[in-house]
Amino acid sequence: MTLAPGRGKKVKLDRLAELSAVRDDERGVSLWREAMRRLRRNPAAIVGAVILVLFVLVAVVGPFFVPYGTTDTMGIREGVVKSGQGIIPGPSADHWLGYDHQGRDEFSRLVVGARQTLIVGIVSTLIGLTIGVFLGGLAGAAAGLGGRWGRALDNVLMRIVDMMLSLPSLLLAVSVAALLGPSIVTVMIAVGVVSVPIFARLLRGSMIAQANRDYVLAASSLGVRGSKIAISHILPNSLAPVIVQATLTLATAIIEVAALSFLGLGNPDSAVPEWGLMLADAQPYLGIRPGLAIYPAVGIIITALGFTLLGEAMREALDPKLRR
Amino acid sequence: MFRFIVRRLLQLVPTLFGLSILLFIWLHRLPGGPETALLGERGTPESRAAIRESLGLDEPLPFQYGRFVKRLIQLDLGTSISTKREVTTEFLQRFPGTVELTIMAMVIAIGVGIPLGYLAARRRGSLLDQASVGGSLLGTCVPIFFLAYVLKAIFAENLGWFPTIGRQDASIEATHITNFFVLDGILTREWDAAADAIWHLILPGIALASIPLAIIVRITRASVLEVLGEDFVRTAEAKGLTERTVRRRHVLRNAMLPVATSIGLLTGLLLSGAVLTETVFAFSGIGAFIRDAISNLDYPVLMGFIMIIAVIFALVNLLVDVSYSLIDPRVRVR
Repeated sequence: MTLAPGRGKKVKLDRLAELSAVRDDERGVSLWREAMRRLRRNPAAIVGAVILVLFVLVAVVGPFFVPYGTTDTMGIREGVVKSGQGIIPGPSADHWLGYDHQGRDEFSRLVVGARQTLIVGIVSTLIGLTIGVFLGGLAGAAAGLGGRWGRALDNVLMRIVDMMLSLPSLLLAVSVAALLGPSIVTVMIAVGVVSVPIFARLLRGSMIAQANRDYVLAASSLGVRGSKIAISHILPNSLAPVIVQATLTLATAIIEVAALSFLGLGNPDSAVPEWGLMLADAQPYLGIRPGLAIYPAVGIIITALGFTLLGEAMREALDPKLRR
Repeated sequence: MFRFIVRRLLQLVPTLFGLSILLFIWLHRLPGGPETALLGERGTPESRAAIRESLGLDEPLPFQYGRFVKRLIQLDLGTSISTKREVTTEFLQRFPGTVELTIMAMVIAIGVGIPLGYLAARRRGSLLDQASVGGSLLGTCVPIFFLAYVLKAIFAENLGWFPTIGRQDASIEATHITNFFVLDGILTREWDAAADAIWHLILPGIALASIPLAIIVRITRASVLEVLGEDFVRTAEAKGLTERTVRRRHVLRNAMLPVATSIGLLTGLLLSGAVLTETVFAFSGIGAFIRDAISNLDYPVLMGFIMIIAVIFALVNLLVDVSYSLIDPRVRVR
């Protein structure tokens, strides 16, 4: 264990527990630092990271440099795009990816869509993460430390999580849409809430595993209060799998958002380009210009792949079974 | 074993009860309601009130809930507000299609996933291994509906190998008993009808299977790799058992537990994925019906649907738990 060297030192007894939890972040042997070292040697992680850096760069900076406005229906104005007659010109020197069905510049929309996709993915994952960490943390703390009442609370919380697990995401999304009207916020809430059970279960399981560790015993025998042990000792040590899952959830969130947009639950107004909606809008023109569906789909696939590669590599790097 | 199953079924009751209360409150809280769907925006306040009264929606919620439970115990899910037909009848007509599609996807995912994951682990580092690891990473990243469109465009529209839409060719006059078209064909010995129904299931089945397949390959590979490193496998090899015996009795059997767990959890994912796939292939399952029910807030249909999904989910996971003891005799279900 990496905690071992710290224990031999003559440190003040009442700080022992805090040190074993916090102090090893400050030394070279920490779990995170070792994980970083192994991540850098994993080609899959490098590929994933490069994809994500490029994606974030495009999403943040790209919209300032796009050649055309995303709502400018120049193709129809100039008479080159006639979707009704099946005329949608493809890539050219002026329009790198051609026009979309409403005569707008496809390349500009794709770049601006990256920002929207990134925001939607991050916000929905944060929603799931926040609620999930709250529920799972409470259940884990209650189960690990709380005695009879704690176990009862844990039981109730986990049954609620089980119920959430059996709710189809689609139904949830549509009922949120009925409440707020179809919009991108609706989709973010629905996708976020669907990921709550995974986060809650992971954190709870990981906290229960930590509750039997020596440093928890040390802290509690020193008289540290149960709630303090849970929040400042067990929780920080249990977050690794949750962070890995958050990276992987970003990938599924982007795909789920696309699916819900595809079903017409997202922003009904296509003025703000979003990859899922672009994909849905392209369906009637698949026979004429399959590219209109392929570009956003490839964008979704590559981005999701970046998050998945990095997430899987992080999981491997943080897996104690694989540590040397 | 029997007592275990009975106890698990009894445990299902309070969970379903809680779920139904939560859903009932949530659904009835939503603005709009069936009267908006029936009358559109034109309805006068009086006609709206009349409809709410005729449907019993003006009564207090606890009272409505009590009525729902009373009927549920008699396996009566009520009458659909928009189609005016029994919800049970509607479901019996439409659910089989979705279930067939889900089963097809599961068969593909398990039938391809477990052997592929196993081979990848046995030949670790080989081209096959790298391809299946890469493929399974990619598989989880492709949106189902996009894959469905691509498959449809290539194999149905361009190459013409598979039908583009529907569950069965209109030219086939098949007798339907259960509405499980494949089963019907077998029961009535109309083999061409059964074959045609299977034919219609293949493309949507593959599209729907993509994510579960990727997950099963990955879990099987990881699990087999772990078991291959165990002492008992080396012992079995050392005492001269044939490779076949080691593989079947020692490696596969021990590696299957995590795979079985993941299969249970994938059921929910599959059922909601089925709605997307059905849309692309105009496959007449429950998908379109549920989408309409959602936009019309057809309470009886929605409540019934979620209850059935929850029961299926619970039953599949019970089946998974029972299968543990078949896979591994050390696991005793109590």
